[in-house]
Amino acid sequence: MSVDRATVRRIARLARLAITEEEAGRLEQELSGILDWVAQLDEIDTSAVEPMTRVAAMTMKKRKDEVTDGFCAADILKNAPQVDDGYFVVPKVVE
Amino acid sequence: MTKLTDLTIAEAREGLRDKSFSARELTQAHLAAIETANEALNAYVLPTPERALEMAKASDARLKKGEGGTLEGIPLGIKDLFCTKGFRTTACSHILDGFTPTYESTVTANLWAEGAVMLGKLNNDEFAMGSSNETSYYGPVINPWQRRGSNAKLVPGGSSGGSSAAVAARLCMGATATDTGGSIRQPAAVTGTVGIKPTYGRCSRWGIVAFASSLDQAGPIARTVEDAAILLQVMASHDPKDTTSVDMKVPDYEAAVGKGVKGLTIGIPKEYRVPGMAPEIEALWQKGVEWLKDAGAKIKEVSLPHTKYALPSYYIVAPAEASSNLARYDGVRYGLREKGSDVTSMYENTRAAGFGQEVKRRILIGTYVLSAGYYDAYYLKAQKVRTLIKRDFDSAFEEVDAILTPTTPGPAFALGEKSGDPVEMYLNDIFTVTVNMAGLPGMSVPAGLSSEGTPLGLQLIGKPFDEETLFRVGRVIEAAAGPLAKPHDWWSKAA
Repeated sequence: MSVDRATVRRIARLARLAITEEEAGRLEQELSGILDWVAQLDEIDTSAVEPMTRVAAMTMKKRKDEVTDGFCAADILKNAPQVDDGYFVVPKVVE
Repeated sequence: MTKLTDLTIAEAREGLRDKSFSARELTQAHLAAIETANEALNAYVLPTPERALEMAKASDARLKKGEGGTLEGIPLGIKDLFCTKGFRTTACSHILDGFTPTYESTVTANLWAEGAVMLGKLNNDEFAMGSSNETSYYGPVINPWQRRGSNAKLVPGGSSGGSSAAVAARLCMGATATDTGGSIRQPAAVTGTVGIKPTYGRCSRWGIVAFASSLDQAGPIARTVEDAAILLQVMASHDPKDTTSVDMKVPDYEAAVGKGVKGLTIGIPKEYRVPGMAPEIEALWQKGVEWLKDAGAKIKEVSLPHTKYALPSYYIVAPAEASSNLARYDGVRYGLREKGSDVTSMYENTRAAGFGQEVKRRILIGTYVLSAGYYDAYYLKAQKVRTLIKRDFDSAFEEVDAILTPTTPGPAFALGEKSGDPVEMYLNDIFTVTVNMAGLPGMSVPAGLSSEGTPLGLQLIGKPFDEETLFRVGRVIEAAAGPLAKPHDWWSKAA
Protein backbone atom coordinates (compact mmCIF):
# COMPACT_ATOMS: atom_id res chain seq x y z
CA MET A 1 0.00 0.00 0.00
CA SER A 2 1.70 3.21 -1.21
CA VAL A 3 -0.42 5.75 0.64
CA ASP A 4 -2.00 5.56 4.07
CA ARG A 5 -5.01 7.36 5.46
CA ALA A 6 -2.95 10.19 6.98
CA THR A 7 -1.27 10.85 3.61
CA VAL A 8 -4.63 10.99 1.87
CA ARG A 9 -5.79 13.57 4.42
CA ARG A 10 -2.59 15.62 4.04
CA ILE A 11 -2.82 15.61 0.23
CA ALA A 12 -6.50 16.53 0.32
CA ARG A 13 -5.64 19.44 2.58
CA LEU A 14 -2.90 20.57 0.16
CA ALA A 15 -5.37 20.30 -2.73
CA ARG A 16 -8.03 22.20 -0.75
CA LEU A 17 -10.53 19.37 -1.07
CA ALA A 18 -12.80 18.52 1.85
CA ILE A 19 -13.18 14.74 2.01
CA THR A 20 -15.37 12.56 4.21
CA GLU A 21 -14.04 9.60 6.20
CA GLU A 22 -15.77 7.24 3.74
CA GLU A 23 -14.10 9.00 0.78
CA ALA A 24 -10.71 8.92 2.50
CA GLY A 25 -10.98 5.15 2.85
CA ARG A 26 -11.90 4.64 -0.79
CA LEU A 27 -9.22 7.08 -2.00
CA GLU A 28 -6.58 5.29 0.06
CA GLN A 29 -7.29 2.13 -1.98
CA GLU A 30 -7.60 3.89 -5.34
CA LEU A 31 -4.56 6.13 -5.03
CA SER A 32 -2.44 3.22 -3.83
CA GLY A 33 -3.64 1.15 -6.78
CA ILE A 34 -2.71 3.87 -9.26
CA LEU A 35 0.66 4.58 -7.64
CA ASP A 36 1.55 0.86 -7.48
CA TRP A 37 0.70 0.64 -11.17
CA VAL A 38 2.87 3.64 -12.17
CA ALA A 39 5.76 2.19 -10.12
CA GLN A 40 6.64 0.05 -13.18
CA LEU A 41 8.49 3.13 -14.45
CA ASP A 42 11.22 2.27 -11.94
CA GLU A 43 12.30 -0.46 -14.39
CA ILE A 44 13.71 2.17 -16.75
CA ASP A 45 17.05 3.82 -16.13
CA THR A 46 16.56 7.49 -16.97
CA SER A 47 19.68 8.82 -15.25
CA ALA A 48 21.18 9.98 -18.57
CA VAL A 49 17.93 11.21 -20.14
CA GLU A 50 16.82 14.83 -20.39
CA PRO A 51 13.15 15.52 -19.63
CA MET A 52 11.03 16.28 -22.68
CA THR A 53 10.16 19.94 -23.06
CA ARG A 54 8.74 20.28 -26.55
CA VAL A 55 7.69 18.35 -29.66
CA ALA A 56 9.68 20.26 -32.23
CA ALA A 57 12.69 22.46 -31.64
CA MET A 58 11.34 25.95 -31.24
CA THR A 59 12.85 28.99 -29.60
CA MET A 60 10.63 30.46 -26.97
CA LYS A 61 8.51 33.21 -28.38
CA LYS A 62 8.67 36.56 -26.70
CA ARG A 63 6.30 39.39 -27.34
CA LYS A 64 6.98 43.09 -26.97
CA ASP A 65 6.63 44.29 -23.41
CA GLU A 66 3.49 46.25 -24.12
CA VAL A 67 0.05 46.40 -22.56
CA THR A 68 -2.26 44.57 -24.98
CA ASP A 69 -5.25 43.87 -22.81
CA GLY A 70 -7.05 45.18 -19.75
CA PHE A 71 -9.58 47.80 -18.73
CA CYS A 72 -12.32 45.18 -18.63
CA ALA A 73 -13.04 44.90 -14.91
CA ALA A 74 -16.76 44.37 -15.53
CA ASP A 75 -15.99 41.36 -17.78
CA ILE A 76 -13.66 39.91 -15.18
CA LEU A 77 -16.20 40.26 -12.38
CA LYS A 78 -19.16 39.14 -14.46
CA ASN A 79 -19.05 35.47 -13.43
CA ALA A 80 -18.02 35.92 -9.80
CA PRO A 81 -20.29 34.42 -7.13
CA GLN A 82 -20.05 37.57 -4.98
CA VAL A 83 -18.82 41.06 -5.86
CA ASP A 84 -19.02 44.46 -4.26
CA ASP A 85 -18.04 47.79 -5.75
CA GLY A 86 -15.60 46.36 -8.28
CA TYR A 87 -14.10 43.78 -5.89
CA PHE A 88 -14.37 40.01 -5.44
CA VAL A 89 -15.83 39.27 -2.02
CA VAL A 90 -14.37 36.40 0.06
CA PRO A 91 -14.83 35.35 3.70
CA LYS A 92 -12.77 37.41 6.13
CA VAL A 93 -9.04 36.57 5.74
CA VAL A 94 -7.37 38.96 8.21
CA GLU A 95 -8.46 39.10 11.85
CA MET B 1 -33.28 13.17 -52.12
CA THR B 2 -30.77 12.49 -49.37
CA LYS B 3 -31.84 13.92 -46.03
CA LEU B 4 -30.01 17.18 -45.35
CA THR B 5 -28.63 15.77 -42.12
CA ASP B 6 -27.03 12.84 -43.99
CA LEU B 7 -24.91 15.06 -46.22
CA THR B 8 -21.20 15.37 -45.67
CA ILE B 9 -19.73 18.83 -45.15
CA ALA B 10 -18.20 18.67 -48.64
CA GLU B 11 -21.61 17.84 -50.17
CA ALA B 12 -23.44 20.46 -48.12
CA ARG B 13 -21.02 23.17 -49.21
CA GLU B 14 -21.83 22.38 -52.84
CA GLY B 15 -25.55 22.34 -52.15
CA LEU B 16 -25.35 25.72 -50.46
CA ARG B 17 -23.33 27.24 -53.31
CA ASP B 18 -25.72 25.77 -55.93
CA LYS B 19 -28.67 27.10 -53.90
CA SER B 20 -30.17 23.57 -53.73
CA PHE B 21 -31.06 24.50 -50.17
CA SER B 22 -30.39 27.40 -47.82
CA ALA B 23 -28.21 27.58 -44.72
CA ARG B 24 -31.41 28.15 -42.79
CA GLU B 25 -32.95 24.90 -44.09
CA LEU B 26 -29.75 23.00 -43.33
CA THR B 27 -29.60 24.40 -39.80
CA GLN B 28 -33.30 23.80 -39.19
CA ALA B 29 -32.96 20.16 -40.25
CA HIS B 30 -30.24 19.70 -37.63
CA LEU B 31 -32.13 21.58 -34.93
CA ALA B 32 -35.15 19.34 -35.56
CA ALA B 33 -32.93 16.26 -35.28
CA ILE B 34 -31.49 17.51 -31.97
CA GLU B 35 -34.98 18.21 -30.67
CA THR B 36 -36.13 14.63 -31.25
CA ALA B 37 -32.89 12.87 -30.31
CA ASN B 38 -31.31 14.68 -27.43
CA GLU B 39 -33.53 13.28 -24.71
CA ALA B 40 -32.33 9.76 -25.56
CA LEU B 41 -28.69 10.50 -26.45
CA ASN B 42 -27.87 13.47 -24.16
CA ALA B 43 -25.22 14.62 -26.65
CA TYR B 44 -25.96 18.34 -26.26
CA VAL B 45 -25.78 19.99 -22.85
CA LEU B 46 -26.85 23.33 -24.28
CA PRO B 47 -28.55 23.53 -27.68
CA THR B 48 -28.39 27.12 -29.01
CA PRO B 49 -31.15 27.18 -31.66
CA GLU B 50 -31.68 30.96 -31.70
CA ARG B 51 -28.00 31.65 -32.19
CA ALA B 52 -27.86 28.94 -34.87
CA LEU B 53 -30.72 30.47 -36.85
CA GLU B 54 -29.22 33.94 -36.54
CA MET B 55 -25.87 32.68 -37.85
CA ALA B 56 -27.57 30.71 -40.65
CA LYS B 57 -29.46 33.84 -41.72
CA ALA B 58 -26.21 35.78 -41.93
CA SER B 59 -24.68 32.91 -43.93
CA ASP B 60 -27.57 32.97 -46.39
CA ALA B 61 -27.09 36.71 -46.86
CA ARG B 62 -23.39 36.20 -47.62
CA LEU B 63 -24.04 33.22 -49.89
CA LYS B 64 -26.64 35.23 -51.81
CA LYS B 65 -23.99 37.83 -52.60
CA GLY B 66 -21.65 35.07 -53.78
CA GLU B 67 -19.49 35.57 -50.69
CA GLY B 68 -18.87 33.30 -47.75
CA GLY B 69 -16.07 31.45 -45.99
CA THR B 70 -14.81 27.89 -46.19
CA LEU B 71 -17.52 26.67 -43.80
CA GLU B 72 -20.27 29.10 -44.73
CA GLY B 73 -23.61 27.82 -43.40
CA ILE B 74 -22.23 24.52 -42.06
CA PRO B 75 -23.86 23.62 -38.71
CA LEU B 76 -21.42 22.32 -36.10
CA GLY B 77 -21.51 21.19 -32.49
CA ILE B 78 -18.97 22.57 -30.00
CA LYS B 79 -17.51 20.54 -27.16
CA ASP B 80 -18.28 22.23 -23.83
CA LEU B 81 -14.54 22.67 -23.20
CA PHE B 82 -14.38 25.54 -25.72
CA CYS B 83 -15.26 28.96 -24.35
CA THR B 84 -18.07 30.52 -26.34
CA LYS B 85 -18.78 34.18 -25.72
CA GLY B 86 -22.20 34.66 -24.15
CA PHE B 87 -22.94 30.90 -24.02
CA ARG B 88 -22.54 28.78 -20.91
CA THR B 89 -19.27 26.83 -20.84
CA THR B 90 -18.77 24.45 -17.94
CA ALA B 91 -16.44 21.64 -19.14
CA CYS B 92 -19.45 19.62 -17.86
CA SER B 93 -18.39 20.26 -14.28
CA HIS B 94 -20.62 21.44 -11.45
CA ILE B 95 -17.82 23.75 -10.30
CA LEU B 96 -18.25 25.94 -13.40
CA ASP B 97 -22.01 26.26 -12.84
CA GLY B 98 -23.42 29.00 -15.01
CA PHE B 99 -20.02 30.22 -16.24
CA THR B 100 -20.66 32.38 -19.29
CA PRO B 101 -17.43 33.45 -20.98
CA THR B 102 -16.91 37.04 -22.02
CA TYR B 103 -14.48 35.85 -24.70
CA GLU B 104 -14.34 33.28 -27.50
CA SER B 105 -11.77 30.48 -27.88
CA THR B 106 -9.42 30.93 -30.84
CA VAL B 107 -10.49 27.64 -32.46
CA THR B 108 -14.20 28.49 -32.39
CA ALA B 109 -13.50 32.09 -33.44
CA ASN B 110 -11.68 30.64 -36.50
CA LEU B 111 -14.77 28.54 -37.32
CA TRP B 112 -17.20 31.46 -37.04
CA ALA B 113 -14.91 33.68 -39.12
CA GLU B 114 -15.28 31.13 -41.93
CA GLY B 115 -19.08 31.11 -41.66
CA ALA B 116 -19.79 28.00 -39.55
CA VAL B 117 -23.04 27.86 -37.56
CA MET B 118 -23.12 26.90 -33.86
CA LEU B 119 -25.86 24.37 -33.02
CA GLY B 120 -24.95 24.14 -29.35
CA LYS B 121 -22.53 22.89 -26.71
CA LEU B 122 -21.73 19.19 -26.57
CA ASN B 123 -21.41 16.92 -23.57
CA ASN B 124 -18.02 15.56 -22.44
CA ASP B 125 -16.41 13.85 -19.49
CA GLU B 126 -15.96 16.36 -16.64
CA PHE B 127 -12.89 18.46 -17.52
CA ALA B 128 -12.26 15.91 -20.30
CA MET B 129 -11.24 13.30 -17.72
CA GLY B 130 -12.67 9.99 -18.82
CA SER B 131 -12.94 7.48 -21.63
CA SER B 132 -16.69 6.87 -21.61
CA ASN B 133 -18.42 10.21 -21.04
CA GLU B 134 -19.80 8.82 -17.79
CA THR B 135 -18.11 11.45 -15.58
CA SER B 136 -20.08 14.43 -16.97
CA TYR B 137 -22.06 16.44 -14.41
CA TYR B 138 -24.86 16.46 -17.00
CA GLY B 139 -25.05 12.67 -17.15
CA PRO B 140 -23.69 10.14 -19.65
CA VAL B 141 -24.02 10.36 -23.42
CA ILE B 142 -25.46 7.30 -25.13
CA ASN B 143 -23.80 5.86 -28.24
CA PRO B 144 -26.23 5.78 -31.18
CA TRP B 145 -24.78 2.36 -32.06
CA GLN B 146 -26.15 -0.73 -30.32
CA ARG B 147 -24.99 -4.32 -30.29
CA ARG B 148 -26.74 -6.54 -32.81
CA GLY B 149 -29.92 -7.89 -31.24
CA SER B 150 -29.52 -5.91 -28.02
CA ASN B 151 -30.79 -2.58 -26.79
CA ALA B 152 -28.19 -2.27 -24.01
CA LYS B 153 -26.96 1.30 -23.77
CA LEU B 154 -23.36 1.66 -24.92
CA VAL B 155 -20.91 4.47 -24.16
CA PRO B 156 -19.83 6.78 -27.03
CA GLY B 157 -16.23 6.88 -25.78
CA GLY B 158 -14.71 9.86 -24.07
CA SER B 159 -13.93 12.43 -23.28
CA SER B 160 -15.43 13.87 -26.51
CA GLY B 161 -18.47 11.58 -26.24
CA GLY B 162 -21.02 14.28 -27.05
CA SER B 163 -19.04 15.16 -30.16
CA SER B 164 -18.74 11.57 -31.38
CA ALA B 165 -22.38 10.68 -30.65
CA ALA B 166 -23.74 13.88 -32.24
CA VAL B 167 -21.72 13.36 -35.43
CA ALA B 168 -22.65 9.67 -35.67
CA ALA B 169 -26.36 10.36 -35.03
CA ARG B 170 -26.48 13.22 -37.58
CA LEU B 171 -27.12 15.88 -34.94
CA CYS B 172 -24.40 18.07 -36.52
CA MET B 173 -22.20 17.86 -39.61
CA GLY B 174 -19.00 17.93 -37.60
CA ALA B 175 -17.87 18.81 -34.11
CA THR B 176 -14.95 20.27 -32.25
CA ALA B 177 -13.24 17.98 -29.76
CA THR B 178 -10.10 17.88 -27.65
CA ASP B 179 -7.59 15.09 -27.06
CA THR B 180 -5.26 14.79 -24.06
CA GLY B 181 -4.79 11.01 -24.03
CA GLY B 182 -7.11 9.80 -26.77
CA SER B 183 -10.26 11.87 -26.25
CA ILE B 184 -10.80 12.53 -29.97
CA ARG B 185 -9.63 9.23 -31.44
CA GLN B 186 -11.16 6.75 -28.99
CA PRO B 187 -14.71 8.20 -29.18
CA ALA B 188 -14.39 8.47 -32.96
CA ALA B 189 -13.39 4.79 -33.16
CA VAL B 190 -16.34 3.50 -31.13
CA THR B 191 -18.93 5.59 -33.02
CA GLY B 192 -17.73 4.95 -36.58
CA THR B 193 -16.54 8.52 -37.12
CA VAL B 194 -13.26 10.14 -38.14
CA GLY B 195 -11.27 12.04 -35.52
CA ILE B 196 -7.89 13.70 -35.79
CA LYS B 197 -5.69 15.07 -33.05
CA PRO B 198 -3.18 17.29 -34.81
CA THR B 199 0.40 17.84 -33.72
CA TYR B 200 0.75 19.64 -30.38
CA GLY B 201 0.91 23.33 -31.27
CA ARG B 202 -1.10 23.12 -34.48
CA CYS B 203 -4.30 24.47 -32.88
CA SER B 204 -4.36 27.24 -30.34
CA ARG B 205 -5.32 26.19 -26.82
CA TRP B 206 -6.45 29.71 -25.97
CA GLY B 207 -9.98 29.71 -24.55
CA ILE B 208 -10.12 25.92 -24.14
CA VAL B 209 -10.64 24.83 -20.53
CA ALA B 210 -7.22 23.46 -19.58
CA PHE B 211 -6.75 19.85 -18.43
CA ALA B 212 -3.06 18.94 -18.99
CA SER B 213 -1.42 21.78 -20.84
CA SER B 214 1.55 19.87 -22.29
CA LEU B 215 -0.78 17.26 -23.82
CA ASP B 216 -4.08 19.02 -24.71
CA GLN B 217 -4.84 19.59 -28.39
CA ALA B 218 -8.04 20.47 -30.23
CA GLY B 219 -9.20 18.70 -33.36
CA PRO B 220 -12.36 17.78 -35.27
CA ILE B 221 -14.67 14.76 -35.34
CA ALA B 222 -16.49 14.30 -38.64
CA ARG B 223 -18.09 11.58 -40.77
CA THR B 224 -15.45 11.45 -43.52
CA VAL B 225 -11.70 11.99 -43.80
CA GLU B 226 -12.36 14.82 -46.25
CA ASP B 227 -14.69 16.57 -43.79
CA ALA B 228 -12.11 16.22 -41.02
CA ALA B 229 -9.55 17.84 -43.34
CA ILE B 230 -11.91 20.72 -44.14
CA LEU B 231 -12.53 21.35 -40.43
CA LEU B 232 -8.92 21.08 -39.28
CA GLN B 233 -7.89 23.48 -42.03
CA VAL B 234 -10.00 26.16 -40.36
CA MET B 235 -9.40 25.21 -36.72
CA ALA B 236 -5.59 25.25 -37.00
CA SER B 237 -3.78 28.58 -36.76
CA HIS B 238 -0.87 30.34 -35.20
CA ASP B 239 -2.09 32.34 -32.23
CA PRO B 240 0.08 34.84 -30.36
CA LYS B 241 -2.19 34.27 -27.34
CA ASP B 242 -0.88 30.68 -27.00
CA THR B 243 2.92 30.61 -26.90
CA THR B 244 2.89 26.86 -27.62
CA SER B 245 1.02 27.33 -30.89
CA VAL B 246 3.44 27.10 -33.79
CA ASP B 247 4.18 29.85 -36.23
CA MET B 248 3.89 27.63 -39.31
CA LYS B 249 1.71 27.84 -42.38
CA VAL B 250 -1.27 25.47 -42.24
CA PRO B 251 -0.94 23.21 -45.31
CA ASP B 252 -3.81 22.55 -47.71
CA TYR B 253 -5.26 19.49 -45.96
CA GLU B 254 -8.16 19.16 -48.39
CA ALA B 255 -5.74 18.85 -51.29
CA ALA B 256 -3.83 16.10 -49.44
CA VAL B 257 -6.89 13.86 -49.03
CA GLY B 258 -6.95 12.33 -52.50
CA LYS B 259 -3.23 11.86 -53.04
CA GLY B 260 -3.11 8.12 -52.34
CA VAL B 261 -0.37 6.13 -50.65
CA LYS B 262 1.85 5.07 -53.57
CA GLY B 263 5.46 5.45 -52.53
CA LEU B 264 4.68 5.72 -48.82
CA THR B 265 6.05 3.32 -46.23
CA ILE B 266 3.76 2.47 -43.34
CA GLY B 267 5.17 1.20 -40.07
CA ILE B 268 3.61 -1.55 -37.96
CA PRO B 269 4.88 -1.34 -34.37
CA LYS B 270 5.35 -4.81 -32.93
CA GLU B 271 4.91 -3.59 -29.34
CA TYR B 272 1.27 -2.74 -30.06
CA ARG B 273 0.53 -6.46 -30.32
CA VAL B 274 -0.30 -6.48 -26.62
CA PRO B 275 -0.86 -9.68 -24.67
CA GLY B 276 -4.49 -10.70 -24.67
CA MET B 277 -5.31 -8.57 -27.72
CA ALA B 278 -8.79 -9.41 -29.03
CA PRO B 279 -8.51 -11.55 -32.17
CA GLU B 280 -10.95 -9.31 -34.05
CA ILE B 281 -8.78 -6.26 -33.34
CA GLU B 282 -5.72 -8.14 -34.58
CA ALA B 283 -7.64 -9.20 -37.70
CA LEU B 284 -8.82 -5.64 -38.39
CA TRP B 285 -5.28 -4.36 -38.06
CA GLN B 286 -4.10 -7.00 -40.56
CA LYS B 287 -6.90 -5.98 -42.92
CA GLY B 288 -5.62 -2.40 -42.71
CA VAL B 289 -2.16 -3.62 -43.67
CA GLU B 290 -3.58 -5.44 -46.71
CA TRP B 291 -5.62 -2.43 -47.82
CA LEU B 292 -2.58 -0.18 -47.74
CA LYS B 293 -0.43 -2.76 -49.55
CA ASP B 294 -3.08 -3.09 -52.25
CA ALA B 295 -3.11 0.68 -52.65
CA GLY B 296 0.64 0.71 -53.29
CA ALA B 297 2.17 1.41 -49.87
CA LYS B 298 5.15 -0.47 -48.51
CA ILE B 299 4.77 -2.03 -45.08
CA LYS B 300 7.58 -2.27 -42.57
CA GLU B 301 7.72 -3.54 -39.01
CA VAL B 302 9.03 -0.94 -36.58
CA SER B 303 9.87 -1.05 -32.91
CA LEU B 304 8.64 1.40 -30.25
CA PRO B 305 10.20 -0.27 -27.20
CA HIS B 306 8.91 2.18 -24.57
CA THR B 307 5.26 1.80 -25.55
CA LYS B 308 4.27 -0.01 -22.35
CA TYR B 309 5.51 2.90 -20.23
CA ALA B 310 3.39 5.51 -21.99
CA LEU B 311 0.22 4.94 -20.02
CA PRO B 312 1.77 4.89 -16.53
CA SER B 313 3.84 7.99 -17.28
CA TYR B 314 0.75 9.68 -18.71
CA TYR B 315 -1.03 9.02 -15.40
CA ILE B 316 1.67 11.05 -13.69
CA VAL B 317 1.99 13.92 -16.16
CA ALA B 318 -1.73 14.44 -16.82
CA PRO B 319 -2.92 14.48 -13.18
CA ALA B 320 0.06 16.62 -12.13
CA GLU B 321 -0.75 19.27 -14.71
CA ALA B 322 -4.48 18.93 -14.00
CA SER B 323 -4.02 19.48 -10.26
CA SER B 324 -2.15 22.66 -11.07
CA ASN B 325 -4.62 23.88 -13.74
CA LEU B 326 -7.66 23.10 -11.60
CA ALA B 327 -6.31 25.04 -8.62
CA ARG B 328 -8.02 28.08 -10.13
CA TYR B 329 -11.49 26.77 -9.21
CA ASP B 330 -11.75 28.25 -5.76
CA GLY B 331 -15.23 29.75 -5.63
CA VAL B 332 -13.92 33.30 -5.91
CA ARG B 333 -13.81 34.33 -9.55
CA TYR B 334 -16.39 32.13 -11.28
CA GLY B 335 -18.75 29.23 -10.90
CA LEU B 336 -19.90 27.52 -7.76
CA ARG B 337 -19.28 28.75 -4.21
CA GLU B 338 -20.12 26.83 -1.05
CA LYS B 339 -20.09 28.49 2.35
CA GLY B 340 -17.30 27.92 4.85
CA SER B 341 -16.35 29.22 8.26
CA ASP B 342 -13.21 30.84 6.84
CA VAL B 343 -11.67 31.28 3.43
CA THR B 344 -9.88 27.89 3.47
CA SER B 345 -13.01 25.97 4.36
CA MET B 346 -14.88 27.93 1.68
CA TYR B 347 -12.29 26.66 -0.85
CA GLU B 348 -12.44 23.12 0.50
CA ASN B 349 -16.22 22.94 0.57
CA THR B 350 -16.58 24.52 -2.88
CA ARG B 351 -14.11 22.09 -4.43
CA ALA B 352 -15.61 19.11 -2.60
CA ALA B 353 -19.08 19.94 -3.89
CA GLY B 354 -17.99 21.09 -7.34
CA PHE B 355 -15.70 18.31 -8.57
CA GLY B 356 -16.81 14.78 -9.38
CA GLN B 357 -15.09 11.58 -8.19
CA GLU B 358 -12.75 11.09 -11.16
CA VAL B 359 -11.61 14.72 -11.12
CA LYS B 360 -10.95 14.56 -7.36
CA ARG B 361 -8.97 11.35 -7.80
CA ARG B 362 -6.76 12.98 -10.43
CA ILE B 363 -6.30 16.21 -8.47
CA LEU B 364 -5.14 14.15 -5.49
CA ILE B 365 -2.77 11.98 -7.55
CA GLY B 366 -1.39 15.13 -9.15
CA THR B 367 -0.99 16.88 -5.82
CA TYR B 368 0.76 13.81 -4.40
CA VAL B 369 3.28 13.45 -7.26
CA LEU B 370 4.08 17.16 -7.17
CA SER B 371 4.33 17.39 -3.38
CA ALA B 372 7.62 18.12 -1.64
CA GLY B 373 10.18 15.36 -2.10
CA TYR B 374 8.28 13.51 -4.85
CA TYR B 375 8.75 15.79 -7.89
CA ASP B 376 11.93 14.06 -9.15
CA ALA B 377 10.64 10.55 -8.53
CA TYR B 378 7.38 11.09 -10.40
CA TYR B 379 6.90 14.14 -12.63
CA LEU B 380 10.52 14.54 -13.71
CA LYS B 381 10.85 10.78 -14.21
CA ALA B 382 7.69 10.74 -16.35
CA GLN B 383 8.95 13.66 -18.46
CA LYS B 384 12.18 11.72 -19.04
CA VAL B 385 10.17 8.69 -20.11
CA ARG B 386 8.44 10.99 -22.58
CA THR B 387 11.82 11.74 -24.12
CA LEU B 388 12.38 8.00 -24.57
CA ILE B 389 8.92 7.55 -26.12
CA LYS B 390 9.60 10.46 -28.47
CA ARG B 391 13.01 8.98 -29.43
CA ASP B 392 11.33 5.67 -30.30
CA PHE B 393 9.08 7.53 -32.72
CA ASP B 394 11.94 9.64 -34.09
CA SER B 395 13.90 6.53 -35.06
CA ALA B 396 10.81 4.79 -36.47
CA PHE B 397 10.09 7.84 -38.63
CA GLU B 398 13.55 7.60 -40.16
CA GLU B 399 12.25 4.48 -41.91
CA VAL B 400 8.51 5.04 -42.33
CA ASP B 401 6.12 7.87 -43.26
CA ALA B 402 3.28 6.94 -40.91
CA ILE B 403 2.40 4.24 -38.41
CA LEU B 404 -0.73 2.06 -38.39
CA THR B 405 -2.22 0.66 -35.16
CA PRO B 406 -5.66 -0.19 -33.78
CA THR B 407 -7.32 2.82 -32.10
CA THR B 408 -8.85 0.97 -29.16
CA PRO B 409 -8.45 -2.43 -27.50
CA GLY B 410 -12.13 -3.19 -28.21
CA PRO B 411 -15.50 -1.85 -29.36
CA ALA B 412 -17.88 0.34 -27.33
CA PHE B 413 -18.65 -1.09 -23.92
CA ALA B 414 -21.87 -0.82 -21.94
CA LEU B 415 -22.66 1.94 -19.47
CA GLY B 416 -21.26 1.09 -16.04
CA GLU B 417 -19.24 -1.85 -17.40
CA LYS B 418 -15.83 -0.34 -16.64
CA SER B 419 -16.47 2.32 -14.04
CA GLY B 420 -15.50 0.13 -11.06
CA ASP B 421 -11.71 0.18 -11.42
CA PRO B 422 -9.95 3.39 -12.51
CA VAL B 423 -6.93 1.57 -13.96
CA GLU B 424 -9.17 -0.69 -16.09
CA MET B 425 -10.83 2.43 -17.53
CA TYR B 426 -7.42 4.03 -18.18
CA LEU B 427 -6.39 1.00 -20.28
CA ASN B 428 -8.81 2.15 -22.99
CA ASP B 429 -6.21 4.73 -23.97
CA ILE B 430 -3.35 2.24 -24.32
CA PHE B 431 -2.94 2.76 -28.09
CA THR B 432 -3.70 6.48 -28.21
CA VAL B 433 -1.81 7.93 -25.27
CA THR B 434 1.72 7.47 -26.71
CA VAL B 435 0.81 9.96 -29.42
CA ASN B 436 0.02 12.69 -26.88
CA MET B 437 3.14 11.92 -24.87
CA ALA B 438 5.24 12.48 -28.01
CA GLY B 439 3.10 15.40 -29.23
CA LEU B 440 2.49 13.73 -32.61
CA PRO B 441 -0.56 13.88 -34.87
CA GLY B 442 -2.91 10.89 -34.72
CA MET B 443 -6.11 10.03 -36.54
CA SER B 444 -8.77 7.36 -36.12
CA VAL B 445 -10.60 6.12 -39.20
CA PRO B 446 -13.59 3.75 -39.16
CA ALA B 447 -12.42 0.40 -40.49
CA GLY B 448 -15.23 -2.07 -39.89
CA LEU B 449 -17.65 -3.58 -37.42
CA SER B 450 -16.96 -5.80 -34.44
CA SER B 451 -18.55 -9.22 -33.99
CA GLU B 452 -21.15 -7.32 -31.94
CA GLY B 453 -22.03 -5.13 -34.93
CA THR B 454 -20.48 -1.97 -33.49
CA PRO B 455 -17.74 0.17 -35.06
CA LEU B 456 -13.98 -0.27 -34.76
CA GLY B 457 -11.28 2.13 -35.86
CA LEU B 458 -7.69 2.08 -37.03
CA GLN B 459 -5.24 4.71 -35.88
CA LEU B 460 -2.61 6.46 -37.98
CA ILE B 461 0.30 8.22 -36.34
CA GLY B 462 2.31 10.82 -38.24
CA LYS B 463 5.51 12.79 -38.05
CA PRO B 464 5.34 16.14 -36.26
CA PHE B 465 3.29 18.62 -38.33
CA ASP B 466 2.64 16.04 -41.05
CA GLU B 467 -1.14 15.76 -40.78
CA GLU B 468 -1.24 15.67 -44.58
CA THR B 469 0.12 12.13 -44.73
CA LEU B 470 -2.53 11.04 -42.22
CA PHE B 471 -5.27 12.44 -44.46
CA ARG B 472 -3.79 10.64 -47.49
CA VAL B 473 -3.51 7.30 -45.71
CA GLY B 474 -6.79 7.77 -43.85
CA ARG B 475 -8.69 8.30 -47.07
CA VAL B 476 -7.30 5.06 -48.51
CA ILE B 477 -8.43 3.08 -45.44
CA GLU B 478 -11.83 4.77 -45.51
CA ALA B 479 -12.31 3.89 -49.19
CA ALA B 480 -11.13 0.31 -48.74
CA ALA B 481 -13.32 -0.27 -45.68
CA GLY B 482 -16.33 1.15 -47.52
CA PRO B 483 -19.04 3.19 -45.85
CA LEU B 484 -20.24 1.81 -42.52
CA ALA B 485 -23.94 1.19 -42.29
CA LYS B 486 -25.71 4.02 -40.47
CA PRO B 487 -26.69 3.17 -36.90
CA HIS B 488 -30.36 2.21 -36.81
CA ASP B 489 -32.38 5.15 -35.47
CA TRP B 490 -33.83 3.99 -32.13
CA TRP B 491 -33.36 7.37 -30.47
CA SER B 492 -35.73 9.76 -32.24
CA LYS B 493 -38.98 10.57 -30.48
CA ALA B 494 -42.05 10.11 -32.68
CA ALA B 495 -42.74 13.49 -34.29
